[in-house]
Amino acid sequence: MPDRYPGYEVLQKRNSPSWNDKTRAVIDQRMAIDPNHHAFFTDAEWPTLRAICERIVPQPPDRAQPAPVAAMVDEKMHKNSGDGYRDARLPPMREAWRRALAALDAEATSRYGRRFHELGALLQDDLLKAIQNGGVAQKAWGDLPAKLFFEKRLLHDVVSSYYAHPAAWSEIGFGGPASPRGYVRMSFDRRDPWEAAEARPGSEAKARAENARVG
Amino acid sequence: MSDDAEHTPRAIDGHAPDVFHHGGWVPMRQHGEDDAVDFAIVGTGAGGGTLACKLAEYGFSVVALDAGPYWRPLEDFASDEHHQAKLYWTDERIVGGDNPLQLGANNSGKSVGGSTVHFAMVSLRFRPEWFKARSKLGYGADWPLDWREMWSYYAEVENTLKISGPVNYPWGPKRPRYPYRAHEINAAGLVLAEGAEALGIAWSPTPLATVSAPRGQSPPCVYRGMCVIGCSTNAKQSVLTTWLPRALKAGAEIRDLAMVGRIEHDKSGRVTGVRYHRQGRWRFQRAKNVVVAGYSIETPRLLLNSASSRYPDGLANSSGLVGKNLMVQANQAVWGIMEREIRAYKGPPSLAITEHWNYTDAGKDFFGGYAYMSQGPLPLVWSGVQASKRGLWGRPLIDEMERYNHHVGLKIVGEFMPQERNRVTLTDERDQYGLPIPRVTYSYCDNDKRLIAHSLAFMRQALEAAGATEIWDETDDTCHLNGTARMGDDPQTSVVNADCRSWDIPNLWICDGSVFPTVGGVNPSLTIQAIACRTADRIKARAAHGEL
Repeated sequence: MPDRYPGYEVLQKRNSPSWNDKTRAVIDQRMAIDPNHHAFFTDAEWPTLRAICERIVPQPPDRAQPAPVAAMVDEKMHKNSGDGYRDARLPPMREAWRRALAALDAEATSRYGRRFHELGALLQDDLLKAIQNGGVAQKAWGDLPAKLFFEKRLLHDVVSSYYAHPAAWSEIGFGGPASPRGYVRMSFDRRDPWEAAEARPGSEAKARAENARVG
Repeated sequence: MSDDAEHTPRAIDGHAPDVFHHGGWVPMRQHGEDDAVDFAIVGTGAGGGTLACKLAEYGFSVVALDAGPYWRPLEDFASDEHHQAKLYWTDERIVGGDNPLQLGANNSGKSVGGSTVHFAMVSLRFRPEWFKARSKLGYGADWPLDWREMWSYYAEVENTLKISGPVNYPWGPKRPRYPYRAHEINAAGLVLAEGAEALGIAWSPTPLATVSAPRGQSPPCVYRGMCVIGCSTNAKQSVLTTWLPRALKAGAEIRDLAMVGRIEHDKSGRVTGVRYHRQGRWRFQRAKNVVVAGYSIETPRLLLNSASSRYPDGLANSSGLVGKNLMVQANQAVWGIMEREIRAYKGPPSLAITEHWNYTDAGKDFFGGYAYMSQGPLPLVWSGVQASKRGLWGRPLIDEMERYNHHVGLKIVGEFMPQERNRVTLTDERDQYGLPIPRVTYSYCDNDKRLIAHSLAFMRQALEAAGATEIWDETDDTCHLNGTARMGDDPQTSVVNADCRSWDIPNLWICDGSVFPTVGGVNPSLTIQAIACRTADRIKARAAHGEL
């Protein structure tokens, strides 16, 4: 699939007036996350979580520094940093994840004789769709409502981790950090020189050149 | 000295943070814990922060406590949604009912300055008839307040916050012109304007609490667009940057990282002060009056948790209404795709508004009203909507998010009805302070559902008229918290009177969104601040007559 914002890289603006010191400190820390680090999930759970993240927010294989999505989910669980509410039908966040990962592997094993991360992408997607649609049977889920977990917990935690990463911001053409400079051009089809240029059909090279100058 | 706002109190040792300067301090008067202050105020948001300022300026001694940190936005705020979650009340709350609420980011702040530190700055007056919703419009309950009196308090707050808005506002009775000029409308707002004009209804630049020209130490807004994760330039006129610096100057003491767990009373039943947790241990501040201003979940939680043998159902609860009639507001939206680039992340998120359906009653099959506004969701929140609400993941999610700069939407702030079954109660689970975790139960009623359906159908037409395609409905979002300690004229059917004074305990007051009997179709912060200004005037008048 062609890149909508060819060559655009939010991090190019790190030393521009769009980033304040606090932002640099926070994003530097995020960029330094070790993608293999896990302090909450066990070694047994880890490959399952990684496989889930790869299916929920697939990243281009040639990306120089992919977002360490699983490690970010792990960090959230390790710090137990909740969102401020818990659906009464779900157990606390950490317990919900542990039980769900075990149930997902049990479901995979009973259907296909292999653990979730050992399945191919298509079977993994089938299984995730089954959870999303409430079509799981394994008693390993117990009283954990699988569909609700998928919607409120799994998607929430995985997707919000990915879109907290500069790699995702660059992908969607988001301006990213913007303090103190902010923006000037507010109307339709207007971009500031420090915003992503979109490649329209035939204008790929022009967009790439403009994106190289973003800073 | 450690200066980690999240773990070490900053408002101590005779000074408080100067919010306008890196590492800056301003002097702060302090009180001993055995010194019975005139007012101990629990919470420093739109209700408590405003009241602390006004009461201190009237010469009362004030200690205002907040569970959250005391930020200096210039040094503490990053341009990052993930990091800025530190502004939200993310302690555990259990949500249930037919429509469990999503709490935290969108409606609950844990900072000195409360939720105004991350509010979207939309500053609207009530429609006058809403103050008499029962007698004039046939639903909900009447307020014990007169709109004409509120009109003057609205003007006071608008002037204090230097609201940026249009010269002429299209709806409601005459009002003074807004103190500062309106902001430029971004593309997302222009889509709202095009839709409204095509359908023949009025629209307006949104009156906003972010300055369009320099004001004191606040620079003009630079259209960074991250208002709801905290303004890092101080253009935003939050309680943190307006009322509280004034409060300190007038002699109020503010205690940050101070979680109040219980209000104590004496044998006569009058309250004597607040028990609070700060710097690792429980403490007690004596006070002649206590004001609860913790917003619609923490306020009833504190009142209920202060139950005693004399008040077995909690304080101020002889009506049985503490915790009941919780009202969120409808926050449904329609979203679509524009061929033109929108880049909705630029500028305050809601630069254009129409209150048409707040002021028009003909053609409605429901009670109440709604405003709708243009939108500028940031990526983290926006991807959450696409995933959790629309069910997208994998390639479809990635592809949809790649069209971010072409997404456009219209979103309502709609009036939900007060219902006693929508309520806050205490559970057996305990939080980090050892306090019972609240449970928040919410179910839409048929009227709520009809309002939602009406708004979605209307906004779809508006978005289509502006040229959007692939339109879809976001059907289950809510915003703001109100009710749970309603004001009224009758102790049987309300918790506080018009002055925010509890019927049961004369030196216990409640001053925040909890006192709303109905919620209207506009964002509540301006009304909460106006009520706080009125309450301060009433307290001053009562004190002058020796009636405190």
